Amino acid sequence: MAIMIGVLYAAGIYMILRRSMVKLIIGLTFLGNGANLLIFLLGRITKGKPPIIPSDASLLSDVYADPVPQALILTAIVISFGLQAFAIILVKKAYEVVKTDDMDQMNNTDRDDHEG
Amino acid sequence: MKSIILKTGSDYLLPLLIMFSIFILLRGHYLPGGGFVGGLIASIAFVLHFFANSLENTKNIIRIHPGLLIPVGLVFALFSAIIPLFLDQAVMTAQWMHEPLPVIGMVGTALLFDIGVYLVVLGVTLTIIFTISETM
Amino acid sequence: MLIAVLSGFILAFIMAFTGRWFKGKLSLLLSSVPVLLFLYFLQYSSTVAQGETLLFSYTWVPSMDIDFVFYLDGLSLLFSLLITGIGSLVFIYTAAYMKNHEYLDRFFAYLGMFMASMLGVVLSDNVVTLFIFWELTSISSFFLIGFKNESAESRKSALQALVITGLGGLFLLGAAALLGQITQSYSIQEMLQSGISIESSPLYGIVLLLIFVAAFTKSAQFPFHFWLPGAMTAPTPVSTYLHSATMVKAGIYLLARMSPLLGGQPAWSLTLMIFGGITMLYAAFHAIYRTDLKAILAYSTVSALGILVFLIGMGTEKSLLAASLFILVHALYKASLFLVAGTIDHEAGTRNLDQLGGLRKVLMPLAIAGLLAAISNAGIPPTIGFVGKDLIYEATLGTDSTLWLFTLVALITNILLLAAGFLAGIKPFTGPMPDALKDTHAAPVLMWLPPLLLAVLGLALGLYPAMIEGFTRAVHSSLLGSTSTAHLALWHGFNLVLLLSLVTLALGVTLYMVIRPSAERLAKVERFEKFSPKFILNGLGAAGTFFARAITSLLQNGYLRYYVFTIISFLTLLMAYKIISGVNLYIDYSRLSILSAKEIIIFSIMLASILFAIFTNSRLAAVASMGIMGYSICLLFVFFSAPDLAMTQFAIDTLTVILFVLVLYHLPKYLVLSETGIRLRDAALSITFGLFMTITIIEVLNEPVDKITSAYYAENAYKLAKGKNIVNVILVDFRGIDTMIEITVLAISAVGVFGLLKSKVNENPLKE
Repeated sequence: MAIMIGVLYAAGIYMILRRSMVKLIIGLTFLGNGANLLIFLLGRITKGKPPIIPSDASLLSDVYADPVPQALILTAIVISFGLQAFAIILVKKAYEVVKTDDMDQMNNTDRDDHEG
Repeated sequence: MKSIILKTGSDYLLPLLIMFSIFILLRGHYLPGGGFVGGLIASIAFVLHFFANSLENTKNIIRIHPGLLIPVGLVFALFSAIIPLFLDQAVMTAQWMHEPLPVIGMVGTALLFDIGVYLVVLGVTLTIIFTISETM
Repeated sequence: MLIAVLSGFILAFIMAFTGRWFKGKLSLLLSSVPVLLFLYFLQYSSTVAQGETLLFSYTWVPSMDIDFVFYLDGLSLLFSLLITGIGSLVFIYTAAYMKNHEYLDRFFAYLGMFMASMLGVVLSDNVVTLFIFWELTSISSFFLIGFKNESAESRKSALQALVITGLGGLFLLGAAALLGQITQSYSIQEMLQSGISIESSPLYGIVLLLIFVAAFTKSAQFPFHFWLPGAMTAPTPVSTYLHSATMVKAGIYLLARMSPLLGGQPAWSLTLMIFGGITMLYAAFHAIYRTDLKAILAYSTVSALGILVFLIGMGTEKSLLAASLFILVHALYKASLFLVAGTIDHEAGTRNLDQLGGLRKVLMPLAIAGLLAAISNAGIPPTIGFVGKDLIYEATLGTDSTLWLFTLVALITNILLLAAGFLAGIKPFTGPMPDALKDTHAAPVLMWLPPLLLAVLGLALGLYPAMIEGFTRAVHSSLLGSTSTAHLALWHGFNLVLLLSLVTLALGVTLYMVIRPSAERLAKVERFEKFSPKFILNGLGAAGTFFARAITSLLQNGYLRYYVFTIISFLTLLMAYKIISGVNLYIDYSRLSILSAKEIIIFSIMLASILFAIFTNSRLAAVASMGIMGYSICLLFVFFSAPDLAMTQFAIDTLTVILFVLVLYHLPKYLVLSETGIRLRDAALSITFGLFMTITIIEVLNEPVDKITSAYYAENAYKLAKGKNIVNVILVDFRGIDTMIEITVLAISAVGVFGLLKSKVNENPLKE
């Protein structure tokens, strides 16, 4: 699991370092997933013991999976969806306007008054 | 994507999925589920319908602009947060009815809040996806 | 007292809102503020002259021992009276000088601010508040010097003045902190009374250095003198107020205030005498080469400040008495001369000595003012200037034996200053009147009365020095740190001092006759400017700008991936350091056994999809493999007891993929844009980072986990929130506000998408 997170981080960062904006978004997704799994893992993973109180009891007595990271991740997943949607649209719009996917060329769009 | 089977299927699937999403929403307090998942399932239902048919059809079924769901949902959630204020309690203190309602079960402000979440998630997802497909 | 000090700020504040009503005739009304202040301070003069001191304190930041404590003794009263008295005249003068100026209200607001800051400097007993007011004078003088903000030169000299005096302020803060450290008090009076010997402290040298730099920058001592002549681009009332009477004297004030505390040591007196001596000679020489009236005055002011520093440095009873009187004397005649120069400029349209002459015909009252001020400057009896000059000579002679050098320096300086004073105060009015000046008008009353008033005061005080004897004694006492018994008199009988005065007079007048300032001679002098500190400073400034630009374009280059690369590289280095410097790579192999076959399969699928997403050239394939990865994570959640997460992840993943597919057709083709070398470098960094993350995680997992929070939720989920799905209970109940904000964020993102797509951006910025 830890190795998997490492791989996700590595892949995410590699993709962000690319010049293509589509790859940037995919990289962001990887990073997001990696972070989610990291939080999940840090809460210690437990098999087959969801944090749900049995219907006939009012307290969790047995060992159970940590609910706090789960709640955190749940919100993170939904938020990252919003982020991705926005990013995708931004990329699409930017592409429409400047007709390039290359971030280096986009840089030149607001560079009129600089020496570069 | 105009497959007859999918088209026919989606007509039946839509109400089923929405029922399912509401079921998920309501049982969220006791079993896995809740507003987020419920809202997402509902939006998937609509998106499926939209794939099978056309955007107009789907929009006709919803009738209102999905964007409207967002403020409505926010108001629901906010309302549930404010209710305790009228009862001299801190913001967001959950209030519960004393007797469970049939079918729905225990009703309280937490449920109201979850409905708000449900509506917002549904509204957001549909707004995003509909606007995208409209402008493409 | 607090109100009195802060009234200038209050005035400035009010001006900000009501300024437009004060631009016309009403502007004269504003002068009532300094006039009232002047009267307010005047009422204390008899008390203070009797040797009493007053203390007013107001609590400000008691926890840090910073209070508004205003201390009124001879020295601070002298300065307060100068500030408010000359301030009143400058306010009145300004009303006429800058009549109908567009931003007159602003100007008055700045003046008010400056006056208040200056009062704060001289009255504060607490060194921290002293510092704050000190900085405020720098800031408000910046606005005043740069008042003609459309002129590049004016902006430049304002900036120069700010940089130099601001630098001094920084040093002052350092000195204040150190003094506080040594004496355990921030009150100057307490420092004096505590009897803690600062000289014996190891920090003494540093404190001295800091105080010196602070005072020298403010009072334009060599080698920081150049900002003062530069600041002459300011309107004349500003030059009068800031550069003759008040602000430049703040440094003198500081030295005078610190004199009983720090003085008496060779380090103190030698430094001050050397720098003061250099300044007074250097500036006096410069003064007589100028053709611009204000430049002459500026350099002679610098020179006079040098004299003051010199006198304070000497530290004998006589020299301090001379300093106490000379502060007043100089302020009177120099302010008067500045105002005269301003009126000439205003009426004749030039300040160039080459073109001025014969103005007495139209500007008679002004000519009288100029003459009186010039003779007071020259130290001709019966002006107060004579008394002052006498005291200076007495002081230099009084130092026993070997110090004849000082007398010589003082003599030369005085001769030069005398000539300079005549140049500024007399020359414009004498001789034939050039044709160009024929249509010069007589000045309005408000423009000749203030300088005349000052000049006449100089004469009156000279005739009746007893008027200010008690007062001067009080000033002298503050400088000495003990009670003074000084006696002022116009006439001391025939002695060496009188002889020196006569020599000064004779040689000075001769020099004035001989000297003919002209542009060519000025040019000759200016060639040496290249070696002056001004050029060094400007060079340093340019180098700083260059450096900043280089750094900025290196780091803030606008390429996201460079930012990410830098940040991640640094993070990796940090982690590497931490990992190398002590990590036990202990892996609990027993826990690895929980990996079952299906998990291994899922991990392999994830790995494959990630690699595929990276290396594929098809966008669709990349998106698809991303989806697969998402579903695998979803399965992981199922295995590890997170049903809610699994459901959410599943739904979101579906939607994301749909989203990508919808948009993707409109997106560009996947291109390999980077070169192989860069790709390898990035890959190396990413893999290292990933590896370190893994190691860190394994390390963290070895630590015991704290389950208090989750235990609390688990226990109370049903009791308090009547829910059994703890995750959901956390979301909608315990952390409800978070969720509330979260859905708001979602809503915003939807609005953003909606707006972005519906808006029409047609232009193509790359086309141009």
